[in-house]
Amino acid sequence: MRTYTNTEYPYVKPADLDGAPRHWPVIVAGAGPVGLTAAIDLAMRGIDVLLLDEDNTVSVGSRAICWSKRTLEILDRLGCAERLVDKGVRWNVGRVFFRDEQIYEFDLLPEAGHRHPAFVNLQQYWVEQFLVERVAELPQAELRWQNRVVGVTQQPDRVAVRVATPDGEYVVHADWLIVADGARSPIRGMLGLDSDGQVFHDRFLIADIHMRSEFPAERWFWFDPPFHRNQSALLHRQADDVWRVDFQLGWDADPDQERKPEKIMPRLRAMLGDKAEFDIEWASVYTFQCRRMRSFRHARVLFAGDAAHLVSPFGARGANGGIQDVDNLVWKLELVLEDLAPSTLLDSYDAERTLAADENIRNSTRSTEFITPKGRASRAFRDATLTLAKRHAFARKLVNSGRLSVPATLVDSPLNTPDRAEDRFGAAMAPGNCAADAPVIGPRGDWLLRYLDQGFTMLSFGAAVPADAVAALAGDAVGCNVVHVNAGSAGPAPGVRDRDGLLAQRYAARPGTCYLIRPDQHVCGRWRAFDLARVRNALARASGGSASAARQEAA
Amino acid sequence: MTLNTDPNIAAPDDFYQDLIDLHRDLDDKQSALVNAKLILLLANHVGDAEVLRQAIAAAREDLSPTTDA
Repeated sequence: MRTYTNTEYPYVKPADLDGAPRHWPVIVAGAGPVGLTAAIDLAMRGIDVLLLDEDNTVSVGSRAICWSKRTLEILDRLGCAERLVDKGVRWNVGRVFFRDEQIYEFDLLPEAGHRHPAFVNLQQYWVEQFLVERVAELPQAELRWQNRVVGVTQQPDRVAVRVATPDGEYVVHADWLIVADGARSPIRGMLGLDSDGQVFHDRFLIADIHMRSEFPAERWFWFDPPFHRNQSALLHRQADDVWRVDFQLGWDADPDQERKPEKIMPRLRAMLGDKAEFDIEWASVYTFQCRRMRSFRHARVLFAGDAAHLVSPFGARGANGGIQDVDNLVWKLELVLEDLAPSTLLDSYDAERTLAADENIRNSTRSTEFITPKGRASRAFRDATLTLAKRHAFARKLVNSGRLSVPATLVDSPLNTPDRAEDRFGAAMAPGNCAADAPVIGPRGDWLLRYLDQGFTMLSFGAAVPADAVAALAGDAVGCNVVHVNAGSAGPAPGVRDRDGLLAQRYAARPGTCYLIRPDQHVCGRWRAFDLARVRNALARASGGSASAARQEAA
Repeated sequence: MTLNTDPNIAAPDDFYQDLIDLHRDLDDKQSALVNAKLILLLANHVGDAEVLRQAIAAAREDLSPTTDA
């Protein structure tokens, strides 16, 4: 049986086919998870956005299935995490097996006091469907199915996009084009741009099977298991009793043969036992690559997601990384579109996200080297590590079955204001880190991140920020909202109480401490005592220079 | 810290004998695995990243041209 039927979304003949090219602030090419997220974020900021997709449905096949805690936090900000979490399978625990025994297990989220688990597993088609439905709620976003970008022309003041439809071609203009058209990125090709990197000489079979089973919702990874000697295997639970199975096949495997059910069934039978009842929903044989574009910004064209960078699947760093790309990009576009920041702010998107992409590529490449060792020495070290891991804790740290996606720490970002030495902060939550969530009590619910706005936010512990400064910062062109923590009656709304003391603990805060947090929920400055001028400087730096620089550029 | 390459083993002949005995009756594949385990155990005991880097670099010195294709 099939647990999911792809909706065919209607194609509507665009009015643009007759008439002069319409102008949009932003066009997004590609309605996958990354493009959809970008469109939602833009529309929620009141920016008109045209989203173009060549197809008429969501992902065929489950594809990306592991959605990280950070992705859930971003989608929470965009009003669509709840459906994903409700439908998906929460998991924190992973188990690693070597040959016929478990060598260890790990918990990715060992501490309490987090809104979201380390991961929710959900088939990509469900995620895309929820995002498509969220787009439909937003009048400022327009999604056009079967509208394929066939030409992109950069002009000094705009980008012209030629679009093919079943009824012919038309042209639209935009200030900015976000390209999220996937790994093969036709637009990247149209612009003559490359994505460089490494192809791994190995083949993997992935299959979605429908099975009622008592297996727990955990990530199980096998090295050299009895049912699949000399190779690796992975089992993940998804929604609707669908399970993802992943078998390493080796480079010599014949992909056309391996995707046939008569080849797959014996492999599954060996893994799941004679009694398991299951059927195959979807299967694919793939090789993978790690590569990225040299730059994600090309004048008015901004690349995101797989179009910009590609990683191996171990670590769930593909789609999660792509969603973090647009989380980083969209607020910057908003400031630039409103002439509140110079367009050079968008260069920080390139700087920050190429760094993140490199981190993701480095991690997934290392995992790949461990999982599929090439050469006798690599294999000996790999097996030595696994053999030692059962008995010795140190070796478990070396076992690499995928370093699972965590948000990039942008420590060297030009948007950060460094700590002042006399403030004596530690490394935790230093500028560049993603703001940690924590349980709170307040009018907007039980979690801190709910209190961070679409703009900049200042977390003020105790009564750190006086009322006149709160008003001044709220009135600045690029200002911030102040959220008071444990200010008692001294602080005006909105204020939160640190329910379990975890908020102060995670931010190493004491009364007087303040944190400046970017619209994408990354810390960009912090102080032990509030100083309006310092905060304004930090805001100017985080928005790409001073507001006057933006005005000069606009003039 | 710096990699100590001065004599540091009290009874060098005994140690060397133990090392050879470790591989007695093992085939090449088993020996390779045992050597890898030994390196990992010792590396963890050392711990210091700089010392490990220096040891890795020292191990790479003075290699004769490859003869074993």
